[in-house]
Amino acid sequence: MPTSTAALLLYAVSLALYLWLLYTNRSWMGFGASALLAGGLLLHYFSLMERARALDSVPYQDLPGSLSLFAWLLALTYLGLEVFHRQRSVGAFVVPVVFVLALFSTLFAPQQPPAPPETHSTLFALHVTLNILAYSSFAIAFVLSVIFLLQNRMLRGRAPGRTFWRFPALELLERMSRSSVAVGLLALLAGIGLGLVVSRDVRGQLWSNDPKEIVSVVILLGYAAYLWLGRTTTWRGARASWLCVINFVVVLFSLTIVNLYWSKFHRYF
Amino acid sequence: MRILVMGINHRTAPVELRERVAFDPEQARRAAAELTRPTHQDRPLLREAAVLSTCNRSELYAVPDPDATETVPALRDYFAAFHGLSPVALASSLYVHEDADAVRHLFRVAAGLDSMLLGEAEILGQVRTAYQRAFANGTTGPVLNRMFQGALEAGRRVRSQTGLGAGPMSVAFAAVKLAEQIFGRLRECTALIVGAGTVGEQLVEHLRNRKIRNLLVANRSWERACALAARFHGEAVRWDELSQIWSRPDIVVTSLAVREPWLTRAELETAMAARGNRPLFVIDLGVPRNVEAEVGTLYNVYLYNLDSLAEIVKQNRRARQQEIPRAEQIVEEHVARFEAWRAAAEMVELLRSLRHQGTAPDAAALDQRLERMHDLSPQERRDLRGIAEELLALARLEPEAQLRHMPALRERVRRMDRVRDLLGITKGTV
Repeated sequence: MPTSTAALLLYAVSLALYLWLLYTNRSWMGFGASALLAGGLLLHYFSLMERARALDSVPYQDLPGSLSLFAWLLALTYLGLEVFHRQRSVGAFVVPVVFVLALFSTLFAPQQPPAPPETHSTLFALHVTLNILAYSSFAIAFVLSVIFLLQNRMLRGRAPGRTFWRFPALELLERMSRSSVAVGLLALLAGIGLGLVVSRDVRGQLWSNDPKEIVSVVILLGYAAYLWLGRTTTWRGARASWLCVINFVVVLFSLTIVNLYWSKFHRYF
Repeated sequence: MRILVMGINHRTAPVELRERVAFDPEQARRAAAELTRPTHQDRPLLREAAVLSTCNRSELYAVPDPDATETVPALRDYFAAFHGLSPVALASSLYVHEDADAVRHLFRVAAGLDSMLLGEAEILGQVRTAYQRAFANGTTGPVLNRMFQGALEAGRRVRSQTGLGAGPMSVAFAAVKLAEQIFGRLRECTALIVGAGTVGEQLVEHLRNRKIRNLLVANRSWERACALAARFHGEAVRWDELSQIWSRPDIVVTSLAVREPWLTRAELETAMAARGNRPLFVIDLGVPRNVEAEVGTLYNVYLYNLDSLAEIVKQNRRARQQEIPRAEQIVEEHVARFEAWRAAAEMVELLRSLRHQGTAPDAAALDQRLERMHDLSPQERRDLRGIAEELLALARLEPEAQLRHMPALRERVRRMDRVRDLLGITKGTV
């Protein structure tokens, strides 16, 4: 069985356990879900390494490759967050995204590896990886913010549903979202910095007014505003969560419209 | 191998009577030991016994000795005498369930299906404690061990696989659970208690159990505030200084007897700005309401009054009711599993008896005995004879282990006493 399929299987079982955990709240099930996710991550890593060796670069040039890397970093960030905050109920919402992305990248993996990219340097590989890590962290913060808004809506409407009691507290959701954004922000900052260095080395200029560069800075400022406003001002709570959701819409815009139609130097990340 | 349960519960007896027939742990041990101890006739009344006593029920689970006759009246007398009551006083409240009904009763109890508060969590622990006590006391045997373990398993499954225990079922508990959904752990929170009613006091108790960091207590009367603060182990706050402490509480519980709301939107709006819009959970337990309804529209203020809390409790109760069929299904699965084990155990016992007696009746003797069973129909006679012949063949040929895998025959051997009579086996041979 190919490593990517085995990883996919582990993700699937882990997802089933996370969903079941939401329903039954049994600790051994949560432990099993995390362990299987970790197993899936390990196998996924080997599968990514195979792909990277064939390309002699980080897999970013084709959509399945970059989505696979995105799924892996999403799972990695989520697992780190889960261990740090000791909270597993969000897994039922994050692991489905990991699974779907991993499934897509496995199903549509090209038979022949795409042409090797022009740039092979370690700095470039780090630039790609850090940016995708940032996007995966923002994706988790987005999921957490959506859960926050739903929970908050139920609380204010004085109509908590049956699953309401299974979710983490608002305060914890906010804290987890902030941790995730903090990781993403640092990764994006470093990623942009490395991108500028690579640009200088390859094109001879630090800043080339590429739409991707401009949108990335907008994203950076948007999330920095989220962290600052959500901690110190009257924006804390639902307003900060809305800001986080809007920021992620900009991220999606950057990953789709900007990458596919506007940017000259970025394609799938 | 009979099983019976005898007892009273919240459905059959008022609290005054339940209090009188409650067993404390020592009494539970003593009663089970006395009933399983050989009497002057050298046979105990019960082979196995366990007592389950909670604030809502006092029950005796028993496996009577096969030779004992009139077990139920004897137990009824013992039950009454143990608590210094006349059997007549208990007669209308005492229930008795036998065999599969007794098994089903215990399994339903463990699952919380027979509780006053449907799906309550405590009962499973109480059943476990009662079983562990009887086991340590040496009054349980293979039947009750298996039955209690089955009940605990059924209870655990019902709790984990259905929503029977989900959602708070009291106003005070609902309020505390909501607070936890907002703030997470309450250890870092501060609550302001204004006035105190019955529900308010229950709520304070829940908050204290969750080790809330600070309790501030305010009242219009300073003396009353001090008295309440002393009772709740909190800090008294003067009424006229209330506006200065709004930055401190995360939770406000108010239950003052006032005609007009004392907490208005305008006042809290200023307070929220001063506290940097940190979330505030306001629980209004007062009737008439203590807090203006518009307070609930303020950003990051979560306002719940008695009606909204009662509605949550009502919804949870309804949700739990909807889970009853699923819970009953799980209980039935476990009852069927236990009954299959019991039937197999009875068959093994029967075959041992046959072997023990050495001689088996021949065909003519079987016919003679069947003739004496006047209440049987011709079809029943044929069935019974078939079963007897099969059992005799098994007793001669088959190893016992194989019997456990013969569900069809086990199903057919329902009337063990009849089969025993037919094969001429005396009870308690083994």
